[in-house]
Amino acid sequence: MRLVVRAADVLEAERLIPIRAAHVDSCLYHGQATLDFVDRLVDGGAAVRVPTTLNVGAVDLLHPELWRGDPDLAERGRLLMERYRALGCRPTYTCAPYQLAESRPGLGDQVAWGESNAIVFANSVLGARTNRYGDFLDIAAAVVGLVPDAGLHRTEERRARLVIRLGNDVPPALLDDDGLYPVLGIVVGRVAGGRVAALDGLPPGVTEDRLKALGAAAASSGAVALLHVIGSTPEAPTLAAALQDADPVDERTVDMATLRAVRAELGGEGEGRIVAVSLGTPHASAAELTHIAGLLGGQRVGDEVELLISTARDTLAQVEATGVAERLRRAGAELLVDTCSYIAPILRAPRGPVMTDSGKWAYYAPGNIGAQVVLGSLAECVASAVAGHVVRDASWGTA
Amino acid sequence: MSGRLIAPGRARAPALVLDEPLSLWGGLDPATGRVIELRHPQHGATVSGRVLVLPAARGSSSSASVLAEAVRAGTAPAAIVLGEPDLILALGAAVAEELYGIQIPILVLPANDLAAIRDGAAVDIGSEGVSAV
Repeated sequence: MRLVVRAADVLEAERLIPIRAAHVDSCLYHGQATLDFVDRLVDGGAAVRVPTTLNVGAVDLLHPELWRGDPDLAERGRLLMERYRALGCRPTYTCAPYQLAESRPGLGDQVAWGESNAIVFANSVLGARTNRYGDFLDIAAAVVGLVPDAGLHRTEERRARLVIRLGNDVPPALLDDDGLYPVLGIVVGRVAGGRVAALDGLPPGVTEDRLKALGAAAASSGAVALLHVIGSTPEAPTLAAALQDADPVDERTVDMATLRAVRAELGGEGEGRIVAVSLGTPHASAAELTHIAGLLGGQRVGDEVELLISTARDTLAQVEATGVAERLRRAGAELLVDTCSYIAPILRAPRGPVMTDSGKWAYYAPGNIGAQVVLGSLAECVASAVAGHVVRDASWGTA
Repeated sequence: MSGRLIAPGRARAPALVLDEPLSLWGGLDPATGRVIELRHPQHGATVSGRVLVLPAARGSSSSASVLAEAVRAGTAPAAIVLGEPDLILALGAAVAEELYGIQIPILVLPANDLAAIRDGAAVDIGSEGVSAV
C-alpha cells in the first residue's frame, strides 16, 4: 500500500480507484533485490486481490534444457518466477496475456498491467485502461487492488494529442504485408514518444496480430502506452472520436522514405547467410503458429539454421491439441515458452546473423545479446529458415 | 534553488551531470555502478556516491529494479536530480528504502536550475532545499 500511495503522490493523483485485474512484469530476475522484494511480500503474508497474470521470466520452466547460460542465474530466475505464484498469481509467464481468453479485459475496464507491449495492446486494441505499470508497482497494485486515478485511467487523458498520417506514397500492397507493421511501429514510437497518438491511413479492421506487432515496436522505440488506429481500435472508429472532438496538438506524416530508412536501420535490407530465425516476440498466437506451420508445409528448416518460436505455455497447450506443435517440431522448429530469446541465453549462436519478424526483437536484441539482426516479414523469415540464407519477396520493391 | 522531492532523503556529494537521458535498465551496471549504454555521452562514468543529475530517465520499468539492486550492491548514486518527475525511479528508491533502509533522495528541478549544476559541483540536498556550489 505504501508503494501505491507513493505512486499517487508522484503522479499527483487525488484518489485511488479499484482495478479488475493485473499483469505483473516483476517476475523477471534483475538481481538479488528483486528476490528480496518478493520474499518480503511472501513473508508478510501478501496475496493478490484481483486476477493476476505473470509476464515472462528468465527461464523456460517447461523446457529448462534450452538454457545455455550460467546455471546459478537460471536457478535465481526460476526461484523468482515460482515466488510470484506463492502470491496467488497465475503462472502464465507470457508477454501476451491478451491472447489468453480468460485474461482479456474489456472496453473501459480498469486494470494494472506491466510489460510495454501488453500495455499498449490493452489500452489500444482492447480499450481497457492502464498506465505503464512495471517493476514493484504492478504487484503492489495487484495486492491492494487499487491504483492512482491518473493518466490513462482517465477518459480525458486518452485523447489523441498527435495525429500520424501514412503518406500517399505508401503503396496499397504494402499495407497488406506483415513486414510493414513492425517498421511502422518503430517510426510511430519515435515520433510519438510518450504522447497518445492516432494513426490514420491504414485500412479498417487491421488484424490483432498486426496491431500486436505495430504496438510492440512502438512501445520499444517510444514510451507509447496508447495508440489509436483509426478504423481498427475501439476508441477510434473515426479520427474525431480519437481526438475526442478536439483539435490535434501536433500532426506528422510518415512517408515511404522514412519507412525505408528505418527498415534498413533494423536490418530489413540484410542479405546472405543466417544462423537462426527467432519468431514470436511478442509471444506467438495460436493463429500465428498455425500460419507458420502452413508456410513450412512439408519443408524442413535448413541444417545450419536454428528456428526458435516463442509462445505462451497455454498457447502451446492449444496447438499441441491441434497437432500444429508436432508439425512445427517435425519441421525442425524449437518451441520456447515462459521467456523470450532476447532476454535469456537460449540461441545456439546469439551473435547471428539472426532473422526476425519482430520490430521489438530487432530493437533490443543487438544490445541485450549482441545479435546482428536481419528483419523480414513472417513469410520471408520462414522461407529463409528453410533456405539457410535470407530470402526476400517483392513486398518492399526495389529502393 | 528549490524543487520537488519524489523520494525523500538527504545527500551531500559531488554532481555527475549526464548530458542525455538514461535508462538505468540496460544503461547502468548495478554490479559496478558504471554507465554501460554504449551510445551515451557519459558511457563509462561511475555514478556511485555521486549526485546523478540528468534531464530525464527513460526506457523500461525495470529501471526500478536496477536502482534497488544498485542500492543493495552499494553502487547507487547518493541522490538523483531530474528535470521531470519519474515514477519508475521513485518506486525503485521507495523499494530500496523498504528493503535496505537506505534513502536515495530524488529531486525534480526546473530546467534552468538543473542546467546550472556543473559536473563535479558539491550538491547538498537537505531540509532547506538544494544548493550546488
